Amino acid sequence: MTTDLALLLSGVAAILLVATVIGRILRARIAPDGSNAVIENLNARIAAWWGMVILMALAFIAGRPGVVILFAVLSFAALREFLTLTTKTAADHRALAASFFVVLPVQYWLVGIDWYGLFAVFIPVYAFLFLPVLSALNGNPERFLYRIAETQWALMVSVYCVSHVPALLSLQIPGFEGRNVLLIAWLIFVVQFSDVMQYVWGKLFGRRRIAPTLSPSKTWEGFAGGILTAVATGSAFWWLTPFTQGQAALIALVVTIMGFFGGLVMSAIKRDKGVKDWGHLIAGHGGFIDRLDSVIFAAPIFFHITRYFWSLT
Amino acid sequence: MRLRGVVLSSLSAALAALLGKAISLFARIITAPRAIWTGGEPRPGPRVYFANHTSNGDFVLVWTVLPAVLRSRTRPVAALDYWLSSPLRAFIGRNVFRAVLIDRRPEARVEDPVSQMVAAIDEGDALILFPEGQRNASEAPLLPFKSGLYHLARQRPEVDLVPVWIANLNRVMPKGAVIPVPLLCTVTFGASLRIREGEAKDAFLARMSGALLELSGGAR
Repeated sequence: MTTDLALLLSGVAAILLVATVIGRILRARIAPDGSNAVIENLNARIAAWWGMVILMALAFIAGRPGVVILFAVLSFAALREFLTLTTKTAADHRALAASFFVVLPVQYWLVGIDWYGLFAVFIPVYAFLFLPVLSALNGNPERFLYRIAETQWALMVSVYCVSHVPALLSLQIPGFEGRNVLLIAWLIFVVQFSDVMQYVWGKLFGRRRIAPTLSPSKTWEGFAGGILTAVATGSAFWWLTPFTQGQAALIALVVTIMGFFGGLVMSAIKRDKGVKDWGHLIAGHGGFIDRLDSVIFAAPIFFHITRYFWSLT
Repeated sequence: MRLRGVVLSSLSAALAALLGKAISLFARIITAPRAIWTGGEPRPGPRVYFANHTSNGDFVLVWTVLPAVLRSRTRPVAALDYWLSSPLRAFIGRNVFRAVLIDRRPEARVEDPVSQMVAAIDEGDALILFPEGQRNASEAPLLPFKSGLYHLARQRPEVDLVPVWIANLNRVMPKGAVIPVPLLCTVTFGASLRIREGEAKDAFLARMSGALLELSGGAR
């Protein structure tokens, strides 16, 4: 497993190295004084990618606890961004505090101890029923449905969906024992590579916009080029997974399309709330949700496909 | 004896520095605060940051987003009765933030609050001041300003007055809450202002209040 992981990580490092060199050349050729916003953003994005990849690699090396803790922290950051924008009043304070300090840790604890039965229903049943009770007990009915529904969706997106990434470690796939981290590596790689390639294809050849009212940067050319590139790459890395090459291509297609949908839905929410980015902590990218949106939609589906067709549990 | 004094004071200084870092880190984890400098880059030297006041954590947030070099020379103006109410608070107030502690009860005062602030300015420190005088729990974006800012500006008219709008912290820590809810906060610093020659108190306070409100972007 370590050799496979090392191979994938070296591949990613090679891609980033090429990207870094291209970014530097573009800056030197076109605007050495840093006056071209697109090039500066590109370089900031590449620099942030190095950071994200290194962090991810460290978590993989630390094994299961490392991966669970990393995604718990990402969920925390995502939930903090999401709930910043939702409808809420002082009456929701306890429900919101419970979302951060009870629901989130319990969900990741369930991932850690492999209790799949409760992991799958804890947020959609127990959190969704009891958090509105906490809000209702404070007796303020003003915009009540907005308040509880938006809090619930914040948890769904930021905690429930994200927690399906480390949950991949609990699958028991015959002949794949001890290699589950590679499923995470493959999923994140394919989905993020698709995002990057959609951006690149879109910048180079993008003409027709898919949803101009939601996201000006999403074009049919970028969509098709990005997804095809990512599917080809994902199937080329099939040897990391328990899938055959054909299966890997099909699953890559599903997760990259889900990833695209994630970006689209999150853009719609940003538009609704009148913001351009979810946050500001990842230079060049925006917030954590800006980077995670595609993984959020892809992870649960990837988890279900793999669990249903390959896992014993 | 003397050695013991030196050891104790350096221990307390080290503890204060550590506690300051811990409080700052906690504020960052909960609010990931972002400083927006709309009126030019941060500058060292004596100046007055005056901000809206909705939460007990307000000055911590302003203090946290200041560059580290400025932070050690920036002191909040705070209520003496609150900060001396327990030994831990007193240590944090005096040693960590070096707060200028103001007695809110005029009848019990031994020192004039304005002279205390002027003294800090004369030593070259910057101040964080909440001219509303109390936390704003009303629907209005700002309460009427108390006159302290005016008297301070009158006595030191050459000192820059920087409006600072703190957004969202009242949701993180509403009045009466024990556990903070993590939400992103922004701290917007406006262009610095000064008192005008012969400007009357009400006109000055209205101008300051207006400048602060302008940074809010219509939101609370």
